[in-house]
Amino acid sequence: MKKQVNFTLNGKKVTALVSSSDTLLEVLRNQFHLYGARESCALGLCGVCTLIVSGNPVSGCLYLAPMVDGEEVLTVEGLESEGELHPVQQAFYEKNAFQCGYCTSGMILMAKKLLDENPNPSEEEIKDYMAGNICRCASYKQIIEAINEASKILDTGTNGVKAAYQ
Amino acid sequence: MSALGKSYKRIEGMSKVTGQTEYVMNMEMPGMLHVKLLRSTIPHGLIKHIDVSAAEQIPGVIRVVTGEDLKSMDINPYYGPAFRDQPVLAIDKVRYVGDPVAAVIAEDSKIAEDAVNYIDVEYKELEPVFDVLEAAQPGAPVIHEVIRPAGSFADLKNLLPKENSNICIHYKLRHGDMKKGFEQADHIFEDTFTTPAAVHLPMEQHVAIAYAEPDGRMNIWTANQSPSFVRSEVAHVLKMPESRLRVRVPYLGGGFGTKLYVKIEALVAVLALIVKKPVKLALTMDEVFITLTKHGTVFKMKTGITNDGRIIARHCEVYWDGGAYADIGPRITQKSGFTAAGPYDIPNVHIDSYNVYTNKAPAGAFRGFGVPQLVWAYESQMDIIAEKMGWDPLNFRRKQVLTEGKIHATGQKIVSVGLDKIIEELNTSIGWEEFFKQKQSNGIVKHGSKIRAKGVAIGLKAVLTPSISGAIVTLFADGSASVYCSTVDMGQGSDTIMGQIAAEVLGLPREKVHVVHPDTDVTPYDTITAASRSTFYMGNAIYKAAEEVKNKIFESAAEFFDVKPEHLALQDEKVIVVEKPELSMTLGEVVKEIFHMPAGSIIGQNVYESHYQSPDPETGQSEDIAIFWFPGGTAVEIEVDTETGKIDVLQLISVGDVGKAINPFNVHQQLYGASIMQLGQALFEECIFDYGQMINANMADYKVPTFKDLPAKTETIIVEVPHPEGPFGAKGVGETASFAVQPAIANALYQATGVRVKDMPLTPERVLQALKQTTNRSESTIRDFKEKAKG
Ligand code: FES
Ligand code: FES
Repeated sequence: MKKQVNFTLNGKKVTALVSSSDTLLEVLRNQFHLYGARESCALGLCGVCTLIVSGNPVSGCLYLAPMVDGEEVLTVEGLESEGELHPVQQAFYEKNAFQCGYCTSGMILMAKKLLDENPNPSEEEIKDYMAGNICRCASYKQIIEAINEASKILDTGTNGVKAAYQ
Repeated sequence: MSALGKSYKRIEGMSKVTGQTEYVMNMEMPGMLHVKLLRSTIPHGLIKHIDVSAAEQIPGVIRVVTGEDLKSMDINPYYGPAFRDQPVLAIDKVRYVGDPVAAVIAEDSKIAEDAVNYIDVEYKELEPVFDVLEAAQPGAPVIHEVIRPAGSFADLKNLLPKENSNICIHYKLRHGDMKKGFEQADHIFEDTFTTPAAVHLPMEQHVAIAYAEPDGRMNIWTANQSPSFVRSEVAHVLKMPESRLRVRVPYLGGGFGTKLYVKIEALVAVLALIVKKPVKLALTMDEVFITLTKHGTVFKMKTGITNDGRIIARHCEVYWDGGAYADIGPRITQKSGFTAAGPYDIPNVHIDSYNVYTNKAPAGAFRGFGVPQLVWAYESQMDIIAEKMGWDPLNFRRKQVLTEGKIHATGQKIVSVGLDKIIEELNTSIGWEEFFKQKQSNGIVKHGSKIRAKGVAIGLKAVLTPSISGAIVTLFADGSASVYCSTVDMGQGSDTIMGQIAAEVLGLPREKVHVVHPDTDVTPYDTITAASRSTFYMGNAIYKAAEEVKNKIFESAAEFFDVKPEHLALQDEKVIVVEKPELSMTLGEVVKEIFHMPAGSIIGQNVYESHYQSPDPETGQSEDIAIFWFPGGTAVEIEVDTETGKIDVLQLISVGDVGKAINPFNVHQQLYGASIMQLGQALFEECIFDYGQMINANMADYKVPTFKDLPAKTETIIVEVPHPEGPFGAKGVGETASFAVQPAIANALYQATGVRVKDMPLTPERVLQALKQTTNRSESTIRDFKEKAKG
C-alpha cells in the first residue's frame, strides 16, 4: 500500500508515492535520481547516507519515507546557490578532503550542520561532532583541514568558486 | 611549465564535492532487473536438492538460477586468478557459510530479497575444518577434491598444488646453509605470531551490471580494480573471444584489494545471458564482509643470532588461511612469502609458506598484500631479541638492514631501497635515541595507571612482477591530449597522476590532458590496479607513449624549421628551437603541418612489461624477482592504561621511500590513509567466526577507525631514493604505510610494560589479559643452541 507524501526537496515542493518500508534514501535515489547520498552500512552507523531534514542531520538509510511528509529535505545537490559552491564544498574541494569520494556528501552535510551550530569549532569539537561519519579511505586529516578552511571562508565571506567542472 | 612534483587538486574534485561522481552503484539501464543471492547456511556440505518453485511464483520474480542451471549451459562455470576453483554459483557442494547457492532475478531488489526466503535447500553436511593448522594436516577433510590451476599469470606457473590436501600452494625459499647457520648461532629465538582475518570494507559495496547486445556481445559495468582480468576471465567462463566482451569501470568508492579479480562479474554475465536483459547485482555491506577477507596467518619464526649482534640464520614457516577459495592467495603466499625473513642481510634463510583452504569466507588481496602480517612477526621478534640481549632495537636493525647492493634472501641484488634513510627518519621524528637512553637510565615513568612509551618498525615489499601495462596517448589537433589506460581510480588519485605524467612529457598544462576511464574496448590491457604498481608500470607506459607523440611532433617541426629534432624543446604548449627561441610553433600548428588541415590525431602507444626471472621451484632463488622494492617504516608513541588494557596512540609517524613524489599531496594522503586503516587492524579489527560463520559481519559489531580513533599527532615523511627504471624515478606508495604499524605499537607496549603480545589485534581485553599473566607466555622460547647441542 502506497502513501502520498508532500515535502520540500532542496527548496522545491515535491510529491512522492512511497510504501511504508521505503527509506527516504531509497526514495531520493530511485524516484528523484539524486545519487549524492549513498547507502553503505545500512545501519545508521557510517553517515554515508546523511541528509538534513528540517534542519537536523538524519541517516537516510533508516529514515522511513512516510515520515518525510511536510518536512524540508536538503541533500548535497541542494547546497550550491546561484551556481556557486557552498563554502563547505569549496573547502573540501580546495583541500582535496576525499579520496574515493563515497563518504564525501555525508561529510559535507554534517560539516555544514556543525558550522551552522558552531562557526569556529576546535579540533576536538570537530572530531566529536563528526564521529558518526566514517571515511574508510581515512581522509580524516584533510576533512578536518577542510572544516577549518570552511570556517574561515564563512567568517570572511571569501567564497565564490563556480560550481563548474574543470 | 612543469606538471611534476606538484600537488595538483584532484581533477575529479568538483564532481566529488557536488555528489555527482559516477559510480556503478548509481547506474541504471532501461528494463534493468535486480539480483539477490541465497547463500549457504552451512560451512561444508553437499547440495542434495534445491526447490525454487515457490520463489519463482512470486509476482515480479523473473527467474531463479542455481548451480543445476549452470550444468546445462555451455560455459566454464569455475573461475579464479590462480586456481579456477570458484563456481559461478555453488555446484553440488558448498564450502563456507555465505557461499552463493542461488540467484533470484526480479523486477526490483525488494522482491528479489523477499523471494530468496522462499527457496528450499537440502544439504548433506560434511565435516568442516576451520583452523588453518588443522586444515594443513594430512587426514583433514578435503575442501577441493579437484584442483584446477588457472595458468593466467606467469609468476604462478611454478606453483604446483598438492592433490588431496588443503594446502593449495607450498612456496619454498632456501638461501645459504640453514644447519650451519644455526650451529654458528650463540642464541636461538623461537616465536609464533598470529593475525586474524579482517575485512576491507570500502564504503561502496561490490556492484556490477551486465547486459548482452542482441548478437550476444557481453557488456559489464563493474566496480572492479582489474577490468582487463575481468574481461579475460569472464570470456573464459562464457567461452567467448575476449573481443566479444566489454568491461567498463567508472570511479570506485574504494577498493583496498577486495574488488580485484572476478568477484560477482562472472555471475552477472551468466544471469544476463539467461534472462537476455540488463541485470544488476549490488551486494549489501553484510555480504561484502563474507565476499573476501584478509588472510589470517600463523607465523612460526626461529632466528639464530651471534653475540656481536648479527642475525645469522632465520627459519620461517607461514600458514595463510585462504578460506574456501584460493583467490589470489597463492600469489600472496609466494610473493609476500619470499619477504618473510625481513629486510635484513641474513646469510642463511629458509622459508616455507603455505596457502591452506579452510571452510571460511575466502581470503585475498588486502592493502599490503600479506606483507603487514609478516612484518608483524619479524619486527616483533627484532625487539624481543634486542630486549633480551640488552641492545638498542634500532641499532640492532641498523646493523643488518639491507642497503644498496646487498643481496636479498631471494638472491636479488637490492637497488634503490632507502631503508637506512627510513630508520634515521624514524629515529629523529619520534625521538627514539632520547627515549631509549632515558628508559635505560630511569626506567619507564608511570602516571597513575597510564604508561607512555615509543616503538618503531620497518618493512619491505616487492612489487608485483612480472606484469604488464599498456597506454595510448593521443594529441588532438587543438593541442589538447587524452590518455587511454586501464588503471582504475579507486580514490588513490590515479587519474590526476597519470595525466600529470603525460602533461609533463608533452609540456602541457595538466588541465589539457584528459584520462579516459577503463573500457576494455578502448583502453589497453593492464594487469591490475593494486600492489602500489600503477605509478611505476602505468606511469612508464604513459611516459613512453607520450614520448612517442613528442617524437612525432619533433620530426615534423624539425623539418619545418630545418633543424635536427634534438634541437627542439616543448615549452608552454609550443615547440621551440632551443638555440633560437623566437622560432616556435604551437602544437596545433604542428598538427596542421602534418595533416595539412587543423584536424587529425597524433598517437603514441606503449606496452610496458617488466623483466623477470622465475624463481627456482625448489630454492625460490632468482636474480630478478621484483622490478622494484619499496620500504616503509612506522614510529609510534602510545599510552597504555594498565587498568583497562586500552592503548591510545598519541603519535603515529609514517615514513615511506617513494622514489620520487610525482604529486606530493597524494603521496602524503596515501601514507596517512594507509596508516590509519592499519591502525584499525592493529587495535581492534578482527573477523570472529563461530563454526565457520562470521558472527560480526556488520558495521555495528566490526568497528573501523573513526574521527575518535585518530592519534593526537600524525606525521607522514617522504624519502626519495629514485629508481633508475621508474618514471621520473618514482616507485609505489599505496601500501607503504601499512607495513609496520602493528609491530611498532606492540613494540611500544613492550617498552611500556614488558609484556609481549604475539596475536593481533591489540584489543584492551587481550592487552589486559597479557598484563595479568605473569607466566612466561609473553617470553620468547630461548634456547642456547650450543649448550643444548652439547647436552
Ligand atoms: S548507510 Fe546510513 S548510516 Fe551507514
Ligand atoms: S573518501 Fe573514500 S570513504 Fe571517504
